Amino acid sequence: MEQVTAGDFRIIDNCLMIRLPEEIDHHGAGIICENADRYLVREEVCNVIFDFEKTRFMDSSGIGIIMGRYRKIACFGGRVYAIHVDRQIRRIFKLSGLNKIVEVLES
Amino acid sequence: MRNEMEIIFDAVSENESFARVAVAAFIAHLNPTVEEMADIKTAVSEAVTNSIIHGYENTERGAGPGNNPSIRPFRRKNDNNVTEEGDANAGYPGKVRIHCILEKEMLHIEVADDGKGIEDVERAMEPLFTTRPELERSGMGFAFMEAFMDDLEVESTVGRGTKVHMIKKIGMSEWIS
Repeated sequence: MEQVTAGDFRIIDNCLMIRLPEEIDHHGAGIICENADRYLVREEVCNVIFDFEKTRFMDSSGIGIIMGRYRKIACFGGRVYAIHVDRQIRRIFKLSGLNKIVEVLES
Repeated sequence: MRNEMEIIFDAVSENESFARVAVAAFIAHLNPTVEEMADIKTAVSEAVTNSIIHGYENTERGAGPGNNPSIRPFRRKNDNNVTEEGDANAGYPGKVRIHCILEKEMLHIEVADDGKGIEDVERAMEPLFTTRPELERSGMGFAFMEAFMDDLEVESTVGRGTKVHMIKKIGMSEWIS
């Protein structure tokens, strides 16, 4: 399965934009978290945007990725956004209660 | 119509995608909806991930037998159920078994491991409960299995392993809509 690469992380203004892979499970989650945290510290950005455009599968590991980043930035007033969210991922957000902390932006 | 399949594979995270795709392929001929397919794949992924990172404690990050041989009390047992000494890698990484039975439109999935087992199954099934917060997973594994499948039963013995039995009826979409 493909993993995230440096090209999947972009800094736009005060935001870290993460393009998530086609399948998000525990196997690929660690590297996403590590890279995201590195960017958050190095670039001192406060918001994170998760881009689900490529994503066709996500399990609860995806919730862990988002919750973990949220915890790191929330204390500095940072926010978490999600774009290109399909029906299935929307269901997972709702089921996990994540829709209370993630703002889904319609594109 | 009845159909059955069984797969046994190494308890390593690389196999999480293989496991869910294998189960998805097994039911593909029933023409499940996109939603049913996603539900089943998610539930299988949760169960298999649990076996790998909790049952066998095989993780790349953090403490776990994958990188810390000193905490590997489980699964290094020979046929007489006696722990073997000497080879620190004996029994690693352990196996996960998936057994699927399709009976009419009922899909039974059993995900089993010979890992360390769960002390308190009821507690483990509570949403957000996790024994390994350092892994930054969400504690939603069992909650997802419960939500996405029609029935979930968990059977576990400490030191022997865990069996997760899930049932889902396929082809319900027409009824609901």
